[in-house]
Amino acid sequence: MAIDTTKCVGCGDCVVACQTENNVPHGYCRDWIVENVAGTYPNVEIELRSERCNHCDNAPCVRCCPTGASHIVEGGIVMVTHEECIGCGACIESCPYDARYSHPEGYVDKCTFCKHRIDNGQLPACVEVCPTKCLYFGDLDDPNSDVSKALQNRKWKVLAPEAGTKPQLYFLT
Amino acid sequence: MKEELFVSGRDIPNIDPYLNIWHWQIPLYLFLGGLAAGILFFAGYYTILRKEKEMEATVKWAPFLAPFALVLGLFALFLDLKHKLYFWQLYTTVRFTSPMSWGAWTLMLITPISFIWAASYIKEVFPKWDWKFDVLNRFEAYIIKNRKGIAWIMMILAVILGVYTGILLSAFNARPLWNTSILGPLFLVSGLSTGLAAIMLMSKSKYERKVVSRLDLIMIAVELFLIIHLFMGFLAASEVQVEAAALFLGGDFTAVFWIFVIFLGLVFPAVLEVLELRGYHIPVWIPAVLILIGGLVFRFVMVEAGQITRFLY
Amino acid sequence: MTTRRDFIKVVTAGTGAAALGLSVLDVKGMGSIFGGDEPEPVSDTKLKRYPTYCEVCFWKCAGWTYVDDKGAIKKILGNKEDPHCNGRLCPRGTGGIGMYYDEDRLKTPLIREEKDGKQYFREASWEEALELTARRLKEVAERHSPECIALFNHGSGGKYFGTLLKAFGSENIAAPSFAQCRGPRETGWIATFGQAVGSPEPTDIRDTNCLVLIGSHLGENMHNGQVQEMSEAIERGATIITVDPRFSTAASKSKYWLPIKPATDMALLLAWIHVLIYEEIYNKKYVEKYTYGFDLLKEHVKDMTPEWAYGITTIEPAVIRKTAREMADAAPSVIVHPGRHVTWYGDDTQRTRAIAILNALLGSWGNRGGFYMSEKVHIPHQKLPPFPKPKRTWRDAFPGQYKLASLALSSGICDATIPTDDRDCSFKAWIVSGTNLPLTLPNKKNTLEAISHLEFIVVIDTMPMEITGYADVILPECTYLERYDLLRTSGHREPYIALRMPAAEPKYNTKPGWWIAKNLANKLGLGEYFPYDDITEVLDWQLKQMGSSLEEMKKIGVKKFDRQEGGLYFQEGEDIEFNTPTGKIELWSNEMAAENYDPMPVYTPHPEPEEGFYRLIYGRAPMHTFSRTSNNHNLWDLKKENEVWVNPKVAKLWDLNNGDKVWLKNQDGIVSSFPIKVRVTERIRWDSVYMVHGFGHSDKFLTRAYGHGANDSELITNVMIDPVMGGTGMRGNFVTFLKEKPKNMENSGKEVKA
Ligand SMILES: Nc1nc2c(c(=O)[nH]1)N[C@H]1C(S)=C(S)[C@@H](COP(=O)(O)OP(=O)(O)OC[C@H]3O[C@@H](n4cnc5c(=O)[nH]c(N)nc54)[C@H](O)[C@@H]3O)O[C@H]1N2
Ligand SMILES: Nc1nc2c(c(=O)[nH]1)N[C@H]1C(S)=C(S)[C@@H](COP(=O)(O)OP(=O)(O)OC[C@H]3O[C@@H](n4cnc5c(=O)[nH]c(N)nc54)[C@H](O)[C@@H]3O)O[C@H]1N2
Ligand code: SF4
Ligand code: SF4
Ligand code: SF4
Ligand code: SF4
Ligand code: SF4
Ligand SMILES: [Mo]
Repeated sequence: MAIDTTKCVGCGDCVVACQTENNVPHGYCRDWIVENVAGTYPNVEIELRSERCNHCDNAPCVRCCPTGASHIVEGGIVMVTHEECIGCGACIESCPYDARYSHPEGYVDKCTFCKHRIDNGQLPACVEVCPTKCLYFGDLDDPNSDVSKALQNRKWKVLAPEAGTKPQLYFLT
Repeated sequence: MKEELFVSGRDIPNIDPYLNIWHWQIPLYLFLGGLAAGILFFAGYYTILRKEKEMEATVKWAPFLAPFALVLGLFALFLDLKHKLYFWQLYTTVRFTSPMSWGAWTLMLITPISFIWAASYIKEVFPKWDWKFDVLNRFEAYIIKNRKGIAWIMMILAVILGVYTGILLSAFNARPLWNTSILGPLFLVSGLSTGLAAIMLMSKSKYERKVVSRLDLIMIAVELFLIIHLFMGFLAASEVQVEAAALFLGGDFTAVFWIFVIFLGLVFPAVLEVLELRGYHIPVWIPAVLILIGGLVFRFVMVEAGQITRFLY
Repeated sequence: MTTRRDFIKVVTAGTGAAALGLSVLDVKGMGSIFGGDEPEPVSDTKLKRYPTYCEVCFWKCAGWTYVDDKGAIKKILGNKEDPHCNGRLCPRGTGGIGMYYDEDRLKTPLIREEKDGKQYFREASWEEALELTARRLKEVAERHSPECIALFNHGSGGKYFGTLLKAFGSENIAAPSFAQCRGPRETGWIATFGQAVGSPEPTDIRDTNCLVLIGSHLGENMHNGQVQEMSEAIERGATIITVDPRFSTAASKSKYWLPIKPATDMALLLAWIHVLIYEEIYNKKYVEKYTYGFDLLKEHVKDMTPEWAYGITTIEPAVIRKTAREMADAAPSVIVHPGRHVTWYGDDTQRTRAIAILNALLGSWGNRGGFYMSEKVHIPHQKLPPFPKPKRTWRDAFPGQYKLASLALSSGICDATIPTDDRDCSFKAWIVSGTNLPLTLPNKKNTLEAISHLEFIVVIDTMPMEITGYADVILPECTYLERYDLLRTSGHREPYIALRMPAAEPKYNTKPGWWIAKNLANKLGLGEYFPYDDITEVLDWQLKQMGSSLEEMKKIGVKKFDRQEGGLYFQEGEDIEFNTPTGKIELWSNEMAAENYDPMPVYTPHPEPEEGFYRLIYGRAPMHTFSRTSNNHNLWDLKKENEVWVNPKVAKLWDLNNGDKVWLKNQDGIVSSFPIKVRVTERIRWDSVYMVHGFGHSDKFLTRAYGHGANDSELITNVMIDPVMGGTGMRGNFVTFLKEKPKNMENSGKEVKA
């Protein structure tokens, strides 16, 4: 997924859409918005980022899961099987992005890239709702997908690359 | 001025503003695991050296604590699980990349062994003990005959367990404070030291206490060396690790760490032990208890502080 | 006569029913022990959908309400065919579901009672509540006259209650969207172009090369279509120029941010006009063909140079020139946005006139990338009996004033409710539907005083908002997800209509607005004005007249029609007759001159804060609509309270840190009822502080919103009224910080008695 920080207005629609789509309980979220302000008045800059699980290629959460509840499925999506999760919290501790939370039901939950929608040929709920169309989703291996095109033409960064997780969310700057 | 804020009101329980997913259960679990590892290691070690007679507390009495410590530790771990009724999923698979997994398996092995070990000495502690069933009596005899073999297994597992209590944390790259390979040996040594302290508390033999004290002094020295090494490593590393170290060098954890862990938990008991070895009369329980408390606080501090540290982006 | 009307919290409805609401909501916590029953993602392919259009704000995006096989509303998505939203709702629209599920909703009609000197609300049947309302309204009409009754409305319900009131003999029907919102802009635009801007604004942002935002904080102001088009403009690399004392989200996306000293925009606008004219970079062809009064204007702005404006606005002359040239380069594909909430400093009609003139000089009105000519569908109406002719209207309360107000003034009616010696009858009864007056009108104290002079007030609302606490009768409306309403028809590039239909039965004992109005009309003997049993009859009849049907609309939700009234843009050289006295775009306004207002905008200085005080400016948060969503659980999750933005230099001076709680005190000594958290940020000038409007609820029965943040409306006691049309300028208030809760705070947390 690629996120265009120059278009994002930080409205939080992606968060509400995820909440209703994925039954995320009140008080929790799978995605969230960060605002970074830099500079001194009147030379100020803002970066707005819609963040969620990075579906890391080298996912520490998967590595440290004692039961295999956290796993990577085809296409590189990191998933959690609720029935296998014992709620030990190891994966939460292991994620440099604090992308996971402990669901009130006990298991650990996080962004699934809306796998249930993708399997249906739909876009993730947050991508589909974003009013500024600043979220791009698609297959990075396909040079013609929306994400690949966005990454070819723009400058981008990933978050905390030094953590070595090979994150798969790309922030266009 | 720089500002970083969540504009979507993110405020997830136990995660924001600071990660606090692991509460008291995990540090207690780590402490008890380390304690048991220490006890069982030395029990095995002196059995192999055939010093059962001289080191009675080490080989016989203290190991009675181990099964309790392990069961209690496991129970604490169980309490920490948020999806408790699924805990059996731990034992449906072995995941070598997950310390949590191989730790659980190690415990699975060492806990019964610790029971068996204790059981094999039960008649020496309670002479009137009767196993009631013949099978058990025969099993006991078998164990007693093979103690040395079991001692070897126990010693190896104890080292794994001790290292594991540190690796459990250091496997988490995401938390800069834990992100160091020193934690494994450090927790092992600290575990051995608490084990020795427990033995010291139970020992009635002067000779044994002396041996244990000397050993403990070595452990403390190694521990201090590793801790200095740890901080030097942090200060030479990335910004986030410098910040992590800062938690102990002026930050929120400075007082607890330096007073309870370093001074009361290591330096002061070491001094007392040296004095005792020099012939001064010091009640033995004082350094022992201090070491135990220091070890416990150390784990609490490491777990708490580690969760606060994070990558910046 | 002053009625003692205590503010009462909606007690009776709160308790028992709240539990009921919870049990419906609270699906978690069970079942999971044995796996299986945990919440599944809500895939829309498995859900049934019903068309609706959103009522969380007045952009009215069309969408679909999705319902599962148990009849539970699961989510709301935009309708892809609808040009208001293009299939993407804004966060408030997506979170509209929280309005339906709010456990704090009004649940049944309530009647104010008094026992042992204590006032409380009693649950009542609809029959009883409507009967009582009708009786009390008739009494007021008999004792005074029907004209002494006023309707305040905002939103869909206004149509039905408007008809009711007109049938009853009063034309005093006001919405806060005029005198507190876009009134000055429409008046200024009518004086210039002969027509109002209208909603949605026909700004062709999609195709523009240069977008100029004077305050308009698109991106925080989440009016959907505009935000979407602004995003497209950003992607295309269009130049954006934002004039705002605060580094708004839009400013952060702009090529130029002009951090203007607040209250001085007029000087900047005039200087821009000066540059365009004197550098001869205005759109000559357009000005020559379509405008009137150019030479007068040229003379008028002769001395209004960028250097002159610099001293006033603090914007460098070079920047003023450069931005003017950017606009000229892009012309006519340029938009100087007319703004929407423009009631700022009391000379707002004139300021929007200046904006209109600027657009005329650039030739943007009627050109691609400027303003398109929007068109809407005319919906046939059933013939009703003629309305009685009222003898008096609200205008009579203001002889010689606000002559260009094209709609009734909500604030005016509020003021005229407070009796004065020279008025023979002030307002005696209010019907309030869908507007939360104590937070919506400036100067809350004044509003409460007006209410205290009423003989009767009936409130139709969905939530126990502040206004309901002052009602004699509360009539609970169901939410927009549970009702039919009249068709949406609003102007756009192509004319469209949209249908709203219920996706669920009304929860609790609530009713749709049309039903309430109709049944009240029956009780008042005015049933002939509501000649139907069910609104679906009207909808179906209307739709059939238009070549569609209710049946069809239920399936498609929105329907596009062909344009009838000419092109989207002016043709090259096309003759256009503007609806002004001269038939031209009036740079020099005959209409204004005729009423003795300045025919061309003039800069007037406005008061500035005293030492230790800061100008209070306010705006929107993208995830909330005014005060109406602050208790909505889905949106509350995103933002629970407002903060007061303070420049780091000011914070240092006051020793304020991020997250500190302060009370704000204004120039008149009014202190905010609740403390507000400080946000120290470089995003604001040091002479102003900023907060989002709509927080600081004082009604405890808004269990989430209560006491969160501060309410700007109570701090806005200096209201600068626009002499042209009566708009309430609200940005001339100055506040200072109190770090401790003041001791004798009469209104601390508790409500002022009314
Ligand atoms: N999310 C959301 N969106 C909404 C609404 C909502 O409630 N929530 N409401 C809708 C409605 S009805 C309206 S009317 C619109 C209102 O939205 P706008 O028309 O955009 O309102 P403004 O008053 O122009 O915007 C407030 C901005 O004006 C700036 N400002 C303050 N003083 C001055 C000044 O002196 N000069 C200049 N140049 N700028 C100044 C503030 O810093 C702030 O950024 O929003 C609409 N959109
Ligand atoms: N201080 C200050 N005052 C302002 C503004 C500001 O920025 N600052 N903005 C001004 C502007 S631009 C505007 S447009 C106005 C807006 O003013 P309002 O429209 O009054 O604003 P809201 O606070 O949204 O109040 C709406 C009321 O309608 C109720 N409601 C919601 N849905 C329904 C429904 O379906 N049926 C019924 N019957 N009721 C419903 C809500 O519960 C709430 O009580 O405020 C103006 N006043
Ligand atoms: S919905 Fe889009 S614009 Fe809004 S916060 Fe999310 S990513 Fe940004
Ligand atoms: S972002 Fe965190 S949860 Fe997601 S894959 Fe990476 S490490 Fe795992
Ligand atoms: S909490 Fe669940 S998913 Fe996470 S590591 Fe433990 S078992 Fe795996
Ligand atoms: S992809 Fe789906 S699960 Fe992930 S944040 Fe977006 S809506 Fe939520
Ligand atoms: S802009 Fe948002 S709140 Fe307003 S009507 Fe559209 S979806 Fe609803
Ligand atoms: Mo408005």
